[in-house]
Amino acid sequence: MVLSSLASRLSPLASQFAAPYRAARSRIDRWRLQTRGAETGSIVLVQRRIFILPSRYGMIYIGALFLMLTGAVNYSLSLGFVLTFLLAALGVNSILHTFRNLAHLKIVPGRVQPVFAGDHAHFMLAIDNPGALDRFSIAITPGGGVTVYTDVPARQSVSTSVAIQAPRRGILMPGRLTIWTNYPLGLCRAWAYAEPEVRCVVYPRPEAAHIPLPLPAAHAGLGIAHGSGQEDFAGLRSYHPGDSPRQIAWKAAARGQGLLTKQFSGRIDTEMWLDWQDTPDALGVEGRLSRLARWVIDAQIAGISFGLRLPGVTVPPEPGKAQHDRCLEALAFYQSGAQPG
Amino acid sequence: MTATLDRLHSRHVGWLLLALVMVVAPHVERVPWWVTLLALTLLGWRIYIMHYGLQLPRKWLLLLVAAGALGGVYISYGRILGRDPGITLLLIMLSLKLLEMAVLRDAMILIFICYFLVITNFLYSQSIATALYMLCVVWMITASMIGFQFRTSQPGYKHQLRSAGIMLLQSAPLMLVLFVFFPRIQGPLWGMPQDAFAGRSGLSDEMSPGSVSRLILSDAIAFRVSFESKIPPVNQLYWRGPVFWDFNGYTWSARRAPYLAVREYRALSDPINYTVTVEPHSRRWLFALDLPARIPERSLITSDFQLLHQTTVTNRFRYEMTSHLNYRNNAELGSYESRRALQLPPNTNQRSAELANKMRRAAGDERTYISSVLEMFRKQNFFYTTTPPPLRENPVDEFLFSTRAGFCEHYASAFAVLMRSAGIPARIVTGYQGGEVNTVGNYLTVRQADAHAWVEVWLINDGWVRIDPTAAVSPARIEAGVMAAVPASETLPMLRQEYAWLREARLTLDSISNSWNQIVLGYSQDRQRQIMRQVGIEDATWRSMATFMVVATGAITLVLAALMLRKLRALRPDPVVIAYTRFCRRLARRGLTRHASEGPDAFCRRACSARPELAPAIGSISALYIRLRYGDATQNAAQALDATKLRREVADFKA
Repeated sequence: MVLSSLASRLSPLASQFAAPYRAARSRIDRWRLQTRGAETGSIVLVQRRIFILPSRYGMIYIGALFLMLTGAVNYSLSLGFVLTFLLAALGVNSILHTFRNLAHLKIVPGRVQPVFAGDHAHFMLAIDNPGALDRFSIAITPGGGVTVYTDVPARQSVSTSVAIQAPRRGILMPGRLTIWTNYPLGLCRAWAYAEPEVRCVVYPRPEAAHIPLPLPAAHAGLGIAHGSGQEDFAGLRSYHPGDSPRQIAWKAAARGQGLLTKQFSGRIDTEMWLDWQDTPDALGVEGRLSRLARWVIDAQIAGISFGLRLPGVTVPPEPGKAQHDRCLEALAFYQSGAQPG
Repeated sequence: MTATLDRLHSRHVGWLLLALVMVVAPHVERVPWWVTLLALTLLGWRIYIMHYGLQLPRKWLLLLVAAGALGGVYISYGRILGRDPGITLLLIMLSLKLLEMAVLRDAMILIFICYFLVITNFLYSQSIATALYMLCVVWMITASMIGFQFRTSQPGYKHQLRSAGIMLLQSAPLMLVLFVFFPRIQGPLWGMPQDAFAGRSGLSDEMSPGSVSRLILSDAIAFRVSFESKIPPVNQLYWRGPVFWDFNGYTWSARRAPYLAVREYRALSDPINYTVTVEPHSRRWLFALDLPARIPERSLITSDFQLLHQTTVTNRFRYEMTSHLNYRNNAELGSYESRRALQLPPNTNQRSAELANKMRRAAGDERTYISSVLEMFRKQNFFYTTTPPPLRENPVDEFLFSTRAGFCEHYASAFAVLMRSAGIPARIVTGYQGGEVNTVGNYLTVRQADAHAWVEVWLINDGWVRIDPTAAVSPARIEAGVMAAVPASETLPMLRQEYAWLREARLTLDSISNSWNQIVLGYSQDRQRQIMRQVGIEDATWRSMATFMVVATGAITLVLAALMLRKLRALRPDPVVIAYTRFCRRLARRGLTRHASEGPDAFCRRACSARPELAPAIGSISALYIRLRYGDATQNAAQALDATKLRREVADFKA
């Protein structure tokens, strides 16, 4: 009787509180899961962004402390109590230390070079430590990627790069990064989420087989062989994925100058259109884009002035690296709905 | 990938090995020799593997060694469970784990075992020296734990030690709070292994020739006493312990006497109040000056004035006592007691019995007889020695008629037999006599070496009267302690020999040690309540204590957090911002003020058009500033160069 009357009296009260409760709940969830979306500019790991919990070793440590406490009680070991309490205090202290190791670091997103689909995009990140304390063993784990570790000395900024595989052409964002640390004792793990707004352009994967460039004669009436651009050595540029191994300057690589690609000049007046229409239907959209990507690379290596025709997109002919990037970008964004960032 | 990152760096393993050796070292003297050998072999093996980068041994091989070691422990100890075999097994497992340690997880487990081993050392010693040493060990273990957390760089050992030291120091206040306020439970929680408190020297529950004199070589402390007023003269300090009634011709023993409800005695002097801190001796009895006039908490008293604790004394603890040094114990002697106090085994020590009869007849009354026996000890050729010749079947006869050299138990035993043979009820009281006054701490230290045995005889008008036959032979024993009484040629522990400076140092050390015992080791439930009362919490329950503890813990942690989280943000603003602000200020002095909403680029354009003669400098500074603030922060070297350039240009800038 009493209970039911109490329940009936409480039910309007419950409905009155339900809405704020739901709102609070969703706020808590938002905070807990840190679903704040990508953020532009640098991200400061302020205190409320940082989570901290005992690690697996921390749990074992707590268990060991209980065991030691039992021993100290059972044998009335005063120094056993002293040791147990010292270690317990050390554990509490390590929470502060681990937290401190992560707090107020600034994550500054840097550049990212375009990559071909299937390769790893290397997102540059600077970790800036404005404070007077050295930070050690800061780890960055991208979703499904490989963790990188770095130390950040006081009042310094350290750059590091996170490798994330680019599955398909278009735009790749690093997604939610977990920045975490177990330093100094490994008993606690402090972490924060950061989702920097950085866009990596992902070109279509160039076709592996070397398909000869479409004959420019068909379009411009100028006879040019595929290999003619490889006759006059013009200089070196830095290696890009997709460059033919035959054109890598291995001697320079042996001298320790890194990978460089030999560039050859063809005739400047040679002009070529790389046309969607020239690729067979059977390849499908992605296959045709792959072939075009291969042609763009080869044409640039050949030093030809080339243009690109896609349904709805036309890049007028021009030679050089900038044209190469322009064309690949056009291929990357073809019908993807994404706009170049 | 994670596995390779978690692979252990050999330098860190080296640190851990060092910490491990440090924590195991004190156990070496307590475990069988083959365990030390095995552990050293396994340690050497691990170092060898580490040095040459070899593979760790197969698991089955380690299991085989483990099984063999288990058998070895059983053979050495006759059992697997218990304190000593348990610790031995722990050591063996630890050494084997060394050869299994491949990844971080193994190392962390090993570290936790190391911490646990620290506590096992306290089972054997809790002295200040042990505490200090173990503090160093904990420091080392913590330092090696820090080392394992470094993933990219390899810090110097100094860094590790410093970090660990700072962390431990920061933990000290919280440790203190927990130590003082953590609700103490009186142990043990379950039955202890048989050997939990083995190997402690002290009085035993029977007395035979040699049982007291073996204690003379022990410098171990039996108990310490602090008196409320002046310490009484040493020759009156008879610390009463076990009382023996039953004699089998060789050994004195006793069934427990009944507990006493009403104590019948008459005090002839003022009561003396004092506090005794007794060392654990694994027996029930407590010690008090003759005659105890009060019963400590959780204790009982028997009809022959033995104080017995409810349980065996396995912890050091304090009790308040009151005694009357001068008394008349005029209890009636019941027939049962009288029979026990006159009992002598038939057909033993017969020459002594004859001697007793002869002397008793010659003496006339009982008191004269007692005096004549003491006179015999004094006048005839009796010696007081700590190394008496061994006695066999009729020890009293042999002692009285041939060897004539003995320690207090020989004299007490012979005297009691002579009394009983003459029809005077007598019993043996063992305990301690005298003690050493510590002038530094103003208390009395009683050591095992002060163990003593004397006799009580029952006289018709006076009841039980204490007679100390040793005093007749060697008055120095009673007046000045056993040190003065024994010939110089006999070996005694070095510490007991008297050099003035040595004595001073020893007294100071013991005084420190006493404070350590009282404050740290003797900290108990009772002391905890006392402190809570001082804080203002009367009648502290575990709940109020826990609340207090949690509040204090929170407060300390907050203070520590506030202190620690100070230096995280930049103390000074960015030098780039400082330089640019300075530049703006110089322009402002010439009437060109940057508006709050104006970006550096817009301001640059306005400034250039207003002061075209300064345009190159303004443009350069603005461009540098924009690049530094909004450019690619990952280009460290370029940024640092730009920052220097900006500062220089601003310094040269004259508006």
